[in-house]
Amino acid sequence: MRLKKLAAVTAAAITMASPVMAELVFPSLSYRTGPFAAGGVPFADGYADYFTLLNERDGGIGGELTRVPECETAYNTEKGVECYEATKGDGALIYQPLSTGITYQLIPKVSADGIPMHTMGYGRTSAANGKVFEWIFNYPGNYWDSASIMVKHALDMEGGSLEGKSIALLYHNSAYGKEPIRTLEELAEKHGYNLTLIPVDSPGQEQKSQWLQIRREKPDYVFFWGWGVMNQVAIQEAANIRYPMDHFIGVWWSGAEPDVLPAGDGADGYKSTNFTGTGTDYPIFDDLQTYVVDKGLAAGDGQSLGQVQYNRGMYAAMLAAEAVRKAQEIHGVSAINAAQMRDGMEALEVTAARMEELGMPNFGPEVNVTCENHGGPGMGLIQQWDASAQKWVAITDYIQSDREVINELIMEDSAAYAAENGIEERCN
Amino acid sequence: MPDQLLYALEVTLNGLMAGVLYSLVALGFVLIFKASGIFNYAQGVMALFAALTLVGIQEGQVPFSHLINAIFGTEIHHFGWTVPAILAIMLTAAVMVVFAWAVERFVLKHLVNQPDIILFMATIGLAYFMEGVGDLMWGADIKKLDVGLPQGGSIWLEENTAWLGGDGFYGFFIDRLDIVATVVAAILVISLTLFSQYSKQGRALRAVADDHQAALSVGISLRFIWVLVWSIAGFVALVAGIMWGTKSGVQFSLSLIALKALPVLMLGGFTSIPGAIVGGLIIGVGEKLFEFFIGPMVGGATENWFAYVLALLFLVFRPQGLFGEKIIERV
Amino acid sequence: MIYREAGDFKTSYRKDSQTFPLKFDRVAYFVLLAVAFLVIPFIINDYWANAVLVPFLIYAIAALGLNILTGYAGQVSLGTGGFMAVGAYSCYKLMTGIDIFGVEFPPLNIFLSVIVSGGITAVVGVLFGLPSLRIKGFYLAVATLAAQFFLVWLFNKWGWAYNHSASGQINAPERSVFGIIVTGPETAAWAKYLFCLVFVFFVAWIARNLTRGAAGRKWMAIRDMDIAAEIIGVNPLLAKLSAFAVSSFFVGIAGALFFSVYLGAVEVGEAFGIQKSFLVLFMVIIGGLGSIFGSFAGAAFMVLLPVLLKNVLVGALGWPTDLAAHLELVIVGGLIIAFLVVEPHGIAQLWRLAKEKLRLWPFPH
Repeated sequence: MRLKKLAAVTAAAITMASPVMAELVFPSLSYRTGPFAAGGVPFADGYADYFTLLNERDGGIGGELTRVPECETAYNTEKGVECYEATKGDGALIYQPLSTGITYQLIPKVSADGIPMHTMGYGRTSAANGKVFEWIFNYPGNYWDSASIMVKHALDMEGGSLEGKSIALLYHNSAYGKEPIRTLEELAEKHGYNLTLIPVDSPGQEQKSQWLQIRREKPDYVFFWGWGVMNQVAIQEAANIRYPMDHFIGVWWSGAEPDVLPAGDGADGYKSTNFTGTGTDYPIFDDLQTYVVDKGLAAGDGQSLGQVQYNRGMYAAMLAAEAVRKAQEIHGVSAINAAQMRDGMEALEVTAARMEELGMPNFGPEVNVTCENHGGPGMGLIQQWDASAQKWVAITDYIQSDREVINELIMEDSAAYAAENGIEERCN
Repeated sequence: MPDQLLYALEVTLNGLMAGVLYSLVALGFVLIFKASGIFNYAQGVMALFAALTLVGIQEGQVPFSHLINAIFGTEIHHFGWTVPAILAIMLTAAVMVVFAWAVERFVLKHLVNQPDIILFMATIGLAYFMEGVGDLMWGADIKKLDVGLPQGGSIWLEENTAWLGGDGFYGFFIDRLDIVATVVAAILVISLTLFSQYSKQGRALRAVADDHQAALSVGISLRFIWVLVWSIAGFVALVAGIMWGTKSGVQFSLSLIALKALPVLMLGGFTSIPGAIVGGLIIGVGEKLFEFFIGPMVGGATENWFAYVLALLFLVFRPQGLFGEKIIERV
Repeated sequence: MIYREAGDFKTSYRKDSQTFPLKFDRVAYFVLLAVAFLVIPFIINDYWANAVLVPFLIYAIAALGLNILTGYAGQVSLGTGGFMAVGAYSCYKLMTGIDIFGVEFPPLNIFLSVIVSGGITAVVGVLFGLPSLRIKGFYLAVATLAAQFFLVWLFNKWGWAYNHSASGQINAPERSVFGIIVTGPETAAWAKYLFCLVFVFFVAWIARNLTRGAAGRKWMAIRDMDIAAEIIGVNPLLAKLSAFAVSSFFVGIAGALFFSVYLGAVEVGEAFGIQKSFLVLFMVIIGGLGSIFGSFAGAAFMVLLPVLLKNVLVGALGWPTDLAAHLELVIVGGLIIAFLVVEPHGIAQLWRLAKEKLRLWPFPH
């Protein structure tokens, strides 16, 4: 079906190739193969489907059709660079690589080329400081926000005090996994808990030692920073040692359906942070079904609607589309360019009312981006896996992270980056 | 007993169990290396492929459905039936036999008498090929593998050993899946030994392993033996795939377990079945104890390299591995 | 009919050991150099530099390095990724100003940084090459994996190596040679390309001259049969370790360039993992063991083929990216097998055979 469609599109493109269509281009550097495909596929589907919906239902954004050229990275930085170079000439408005490694790769490149990059809940945390990182955005929350939200949730569970409690951080031994350490250490000072660090080397197929250690030391909470096969194994091992699952809290990249399903009933009660709602109980999914899935235009097989990663991809697309609207409003043109896109992103305001209009009431936190603050509100919720119903259930409202502590860390890290690269602060 | 000692004992026990799982993968390598002198890098991917096929058959997935749907615009995914585990395992074993035949027919036959490194590279090519085919056939998502094996800590053992230590001691932890794996590995090794000692084909197998040309001259079909040995290796891969796949779900990373088996091979010797078992146990215990005692001092996550360094040190003193055949060099 | 010659008449030793005994080849070589140095820099764009040519050149250096070790000296190594990591991290430390035991050194010029990184890698390579004196064949191959895994772990753990940055990533700051920026995001495509090309040129030149001299003959003697070589007076210790040193030197340079010029930011486990070791070994074998040309051919094959396949399948035929990626694996794997079946000695051998045929054509008798 897709081949036919694509053939038709190609044919159409060839016949009217000469006048370049003014389109809004959102390259999707996706990974549908390799060790992390399980997370990459539904995200890419959600991202593509939302733009297809806008095209089919509204005729694009502000009258301009959208286009989402996909490029397979397999979560590999070299292929990511190839994809970036291959797509940037097309008039790309925004990049969302969904990989911390590729993000670090692209930060200098997009800054030199002047194309905004949105790393939603991943990437370089200190990019939240818009004064230093002109082109990089990571609203609505970053790794450090997630760490803080996890601590806050633990505080809630303990009735307000973590004094003398112990928390173990089980993390992927890479740049990604080491991100929360600093924040958790700062927060340990503030709240008086003991932090134990337990690294797991990639890929994380074998974690017996680590879980025996957890079983010996019996930390009150296990915070979890995994990705790929490490997620499934950790949740299985936690079930094996009968660790109380509601004290086992993962970051938002360790809390999707493929992570918990292999462990079956054992995963029941496992928690993770998230910054979007899950499930299909939002009006927008009716539109998606009618305009996209039923017409056979869905990027995937239409099965993943409502899954955590799908919704996240859709949310990312929604934020990008809203930023385009804002940019169109500011500059008064419909065919915006990358620099105008950045202005749109820096003025982005997604209110609860707006989300209601879009058919996604309370789907994500209210987002407000400014020139200084590229990190949005720093909010997230805690969701819990219900194994019998096979779905994630949000058990809290959006929690505000401890931005006081985090902002200090962000300023410190971004100042170091600015000094290293000779960047002058902007927005003054 | 002091708790620290109990913990060390527990780590050792779990190390032994982990070692058995490594041995299962290493066994496949040894079988092929013995019979044909090929270092089969594709063993890990074979385990992945076997596990994928098993799940696919069990759930009645349509092979190549994604490709078919893309070309013909159809919407097929499942046949709509499920196959009982035992039958699915047998069917998968049959698929692995077909695979072994294909490997012999299309790859090995053309590479007879080539240097070892060429054969090694061919198996890496094979690994790429099978990874692609596996993904095309069954899709790249994570699949839950359930053939009814028990999982989770053994509660009986925990309750009956808790009195050994103080208040904080919960009793020994052993995963029931690991126990099953150990039993299966034992049965596998015993039956392989019996097969190679007492059956006609088994004796032919050993003759080929000993000397290709002499075996040929007494009328043993080398090609049949190779198909046989790759089939057995395929079956061993299936068993390893089931064990590891039950733990983590069936997904791409399953193919990386080959890397866990390599130090086992070095230590045990490329040509020895008991070596693969003993090597696996030593590596399993060694890396777990190292992580337990030394890991906290150097920041943990030592397991990936420790096994290799252990094997390396060992080899410096015994270059042919623990049970490997003595290397005799002539000019 | 492009080769015209009659018989094999050489009147001096010098002529006999020429790199390009045929005049046509010599001319072709210089034309190629002229194009590479004088034409391509003017027409290159970002995509060609970053996605095709720069990785090709860097992998060619790595493949040359591994070819010396595996192809000429017969020591199979799977530690290439680890050694590249040594090169990359050394280069990072040198270009940002290294501090050893409280002594601060100022940042070194990037050109020198790359070369010194090669030197540091050579030392590390010799260290991990020591077991090769006792361990042989596949046992050695697996033993070099110890280097691979240990080095990757070390650079992940050792804060000093990445200047204690929060995430453990290293980022290449902007550096220039003769006022031309060669690292950092502002680098022009041609500058990247030329910087790598200069290294490739010298590395290939050194490799060629080493391998046809006494050192190369010793390596080959060790490769063909080490005991026999020992008996005729080749010192296996020196021969093997020198092969490890030279090989690691090249691989270190490749790693340094890979980090500083090509990617600009790396994380050790991702960029220099075991996959990299296998990839470079592939290049060497596909290209041809024991052949300088083969290293280039293999690197070209392994870098260009996936890009080409992707552009054909996704770009031209419009296939979904995931199907294309899976098919890509099938095709690459199938081609590797097909190649080995058709010509186990690699592209270099195919090239040689083609040349032989061309020399005789149209009168093959």
